Amino acid sequence: MLRPDLLIVGAGPAGMSAAIVAARAGLKVVVVDEQPTPGGQIWRGIEANAGTSRGRALGEQYCSGLATVRTFRECGAVYWPSTRVWQVESTLGTYVTGPGGTRVVAPRLVLIATGAQERPAPFRGWTLPGVMTVGAAQILLKNPGSVPSEPVWIAGCGPLALLYAHQLIRMGGVVAGFLDTRPSTPLRETLQLAGRAALRSSRELAKGASWYAELYCRAGRYVPDVVDLQALGTDQLEGVRYRTAAGRVEEIRTSLLLVHEGVLPELHTVRSLGCEIQWDAGQAAYRPVLNEWGECSHPDILIAGDAAGIGGAVAAVHRGRLSALRILQRLGKVAAEPEMTEENCRAALAHALVLRPFLDRVFRPREQVFAPDDDTIVCRCEELRARDLCAALSGSVGSNQLKAFTRAGMGPCQGRQCGLTVAALIAAAEGRHMSEVQPFRVRPPLKPLRLCDLAGLADESRSS
Amino acid sequence: MRAGQATTAVIGGGLHGLACALALVQRGQDVVLFERSWIGRRASSATAAGVRTLWRDPAEISLSLEALERWYRMDALVGDDCGFRAGGQIKVAESHAEMEALAARFAQMRELGFHHEELIDARELRRLAPMISEHCVGGLIARRDGAADPHRTIAAFRRAVEGHGAVIREGIAVMALEPAVGGWRVVTDAGSWTVRHVVNAAGAWGAQVCRMVGEVIQFGYKASMVFVTERVEQAFRPVFSTVGRSLSFKQSSQGTLVVGGGIQGGGDLEKGLTQVDFRALAKGAAAAQELFPAIRNVQIVRAWTGLEGKTPDLLPVIGPSARASGVFHIFGFSGHGFELVPLVGEIVADCITYGRSRYDIGSFDVARLLT
Amino acid sequence: MFRLLEDDWGRVESTVTIEIDGYPVIAQIGETVASTLLRVEASWSRTTPVSGARRAPYCMMGVCFDCLMLVEGEGLVRACQTSVRAGLKVQRQMGPRKVGPSC
Ligand SMILES: Cc1cc2nc3c(=O)[nH]c(=O)nc-3n(C[C@H](O)[C@H](O)[C@H](O)COP(=O)(O)OP(=O)(O)OC[C@H]3O[C@@H](n4cnc5c(N)ncnc54)[C@H](O)[C@@H]3O)c2cc1C
Ligand code: FES
Repeated sequence: MLRPDLLIVGAGPAGMSAAIVAARAGLKVVVVDEQPTPGGQIWRGIEANAGTSRGRALGEQYCSGLATVRTFRECGAVYWPSTRVWQVESTLGTYVTGPGGTRVVAPRLVLIATGAQERPAPFRGWTLPGVMTVGAAQILLKNPGSVPSEPVWIAGCGPLALLYAHQLIRMGGVVAGFLDTRPSTPLRETLQLAGRAALRSSRELAKGASWYAELYCRAGRYVPDVVDLQALGTDQLEGVRYRTAAGRVEEIRTSLLLVHEGVLPELHTVRSLGCEIQWDAGQAAYRPVLNEWGECSHPDILIAGDAAGIGGAVAAVHRGRLSALRILQRLGKVAAEPEMTEENCRAALAHALVLRPFLDRVFRPREQVFAPDDDTIVCRCEELRARDLCAALSGSVGSNQLKAFTRAGMGPCQGRQCGLTVAALIAAAEGRHMSEVQPFRVRPPLKPLRLCDLAGLADESRSS
Repeated sequence: MRAGQATTAVIGGGLHGLACALALVQRGQDVVLFERSWIGRRASSATAAGVRTLWRDPAEISLSLEALERWYRMDALVGDDCGFRAGGQIKVAESHAEMEALAARFAQMRELGFHHEELIDARELRRLAPMISEHCVGGLIARRDGAADPHRTIAAFRRAVEGHGAVIREGIAVMALEPAVGGWRVVTDAGSWTVRHVVNAAGAWGAQVCRMVGEVIQFGYKASMVFVTERVEQAFRPVFSTVGRSLSFKQSSQGTLVVGGGIQGGGDLEKGLTQVDFRALAKGAAAAQELFPAIRNVQIVRAWTGLEGKTPDLLPVIGPSARASGVFHIFGFSGHGFELVPLVGEIVADCITYGRSRYDIGSFDVARLLT
Repeated sequence: MFRLLEDDWGRVESTVTIEIDGYPVIAQIGETVASTLLRVEASWSRTTPVSGARRAPYCMMGVCFDCLMLVEGEGLVRACQTSVRAGLKVQRQMGPRKVGPSC
């Protein structure tokens, strides 16, 4: 069995940055990622795209990833692409399946850098073919470089929706219309936060504002204050009905709608280990309870990047480095690069997070995201509607009981798409705060696993 | 019923606690049931939910056959069939030597006067399980056996219990039992209740309750693992086990494949924590795949470990306490209590209400385990 | 629903052919089955085992499982996490999958 000093789950900005620091200091590091190439979500496909017109159109921040990916490739860490981590035991025994089959790794420490997923935001018809997330469309932009074949409708709230529209326009795509689901923030509060942020990060702020301006000018239509969506069609999306805060209801015809309501930390791995989590009201999301190094309630597990709480790619880099520095400290090593100090990393992290309170506030999801109407499918896998779940919500029922009663969360996605909504429905039904409700317990395997891949382990233990 | 008083307290909200509470209220008793966590949280929802009379210890067979009849009448008992499907249970022989073991068992059953188990040859086995591997040579079948849906069973029993007026208190742990005038004081972490009778249906924690009344018994626990796959088209009606290895294999009514068989994972009784040991579980996957090679690419979506009490002779504890009058036990089913759910609660309710039961429960007396 | 950007057209050396439900489909080397599927006319991936409703890739990052498709030799897998290779045979999954020697 392989016994590295450090196992890192995720080769995004956080995971790669940590791997570079740790491997260069002489630790034996293994990095596992489900994707075939390093880069994580933001730098997906960077090695293939860098230097092409597509790469340039994706922007400066995207291209900046190439340097990190190259350094990562050369840093000495063992990298297993196309490999899934599907179980981490509390003793850190870690089960992975990839092109090399299934194996068990026994590291001294584990760093979880699994990034984020888009916030599931159920509305009527969201399971129809033709409804996709903005993140999905952006992934298609990066690999293989495809764009919607018709002018596209986007509905959403969050920087990613704006960024995608911007990138799409630069690549020659057309935005038919933008349904802005961002709730309007009181002007004074916005200005205060913006003012504070502008002092230290005016460039970023200006960039965001320019995306908004571009969208305003270039999208066929721009509709502010959308509070409710409904996807129309039977086998395929045919149109979208939306309602604005003022109560205006309109319908548009389209066969593709891209939706986005922000991102959430990927907590599956962390929670399967029983690590403590908390409700972060500012980000309207659960996040792990961590100290300033990314250490969680399990003594030998650290968490960095968006999995530690949404902070964006630059913050992910610095959080990854900080966690790596802590790991070096704990294993009695020092960083190879003299400039890799705690102070430098903390200062850089603080700078990267300057805009965060502003972004969290301005892009706080509308309340309808947490309160789907009766007819809306909440659990996509088991096709359970809000009505079915609410009917089972008599007395004081927790997420796990609701799961047992209704099968919500028992399908292949393992509750990734319904967990948060189920917790919100329970909180609403019982008049409790989200911080008092626990989401589903996470059962292994973290990702589905073929029976033969598990059976293969039996041969291994027989022969060893 | 006044808060703080009832005629009977049931400790444990698993299926046996619920079934006993139901039988008690049906016999006119006031019942309060305490569950530390939530109804069905432990073995009752972790179970693979086989309804099996096949291959049981001879001491349990009469009870299990009677319980089986009740599974067929479940609707009348709790207003739902609990997802019970009678596809039979088959113990598969993978070699001729194993077939001989099955034949010996068959002969033993005949000698004892039981006729529910039947030997089948390779042809009949293949007729019942077209996808079974070539190397399997026959089996022993109990055709009236089957499996049910544990969550539906819990929900149905819970509804029936509450519908009959019993009080269920979840999130409350019983800390101590103290003798009181005319019965017992049940001390919980949310106040005390005075009752005439106490039913110990605390599952893996049954011995802890025994200790509260001064009974120290030989008792262990099992941490049995189960895994479940994605839904596949219905293809396996019977439930399968094998002679030579730990395996139980079935398809649920939703189409998922459920694989268990008592393979042990990790558990901590004090903290109530469990862990799945995939290296051990891999043997179950390998066995399932060798029996049915066609399922090798089916995806496993969930695995878990459930805690249950285990006695040295693997028989349950049913009946009055040996030391404390008014206290009755229903626990220690050692991994095969699901099938007995519709019967055992009634037996104990009869003991409490009428002072006796018409079933012979001598083999399950707690006295055999006293140290 | 999607199309490739102009600059990727006709670069034959960078394509392979896969089969979706028996029809040949041209894919870019390095892309996924799901991203290929999204360029064909019927870009849905499966019907659900519960109600039979059609689904298509939704998240492209492996967390929704709506892109489950039958891939030869691998079973029912997430098409968005499966890279194309020449000759790969893919089928839309209709309802609950069958188990059998071919899967
Ligand atoms: C869909 C999407 C699109 C985004 N687009 C942008 C953008 O264009 N610009 C921007 O600034 N920000 C974007 N963000 C936010 C940005 O991705 C993050 O801020 C940043 O990438 C965080 O870095 P990370 O290293 O924490 O996570 P990630 O980059 O997500 O890296 C985590 C890696 O872990 C792997 N992984 C997870 N679980 C397992 C497992 N069990 N086994 C093996 N591997 C596993 C994943 O495959 C992934 O590669 C996007 C986020 C999402 C969700
Ligand atoms: S599209 Fe969501 S998992 Fe593949």
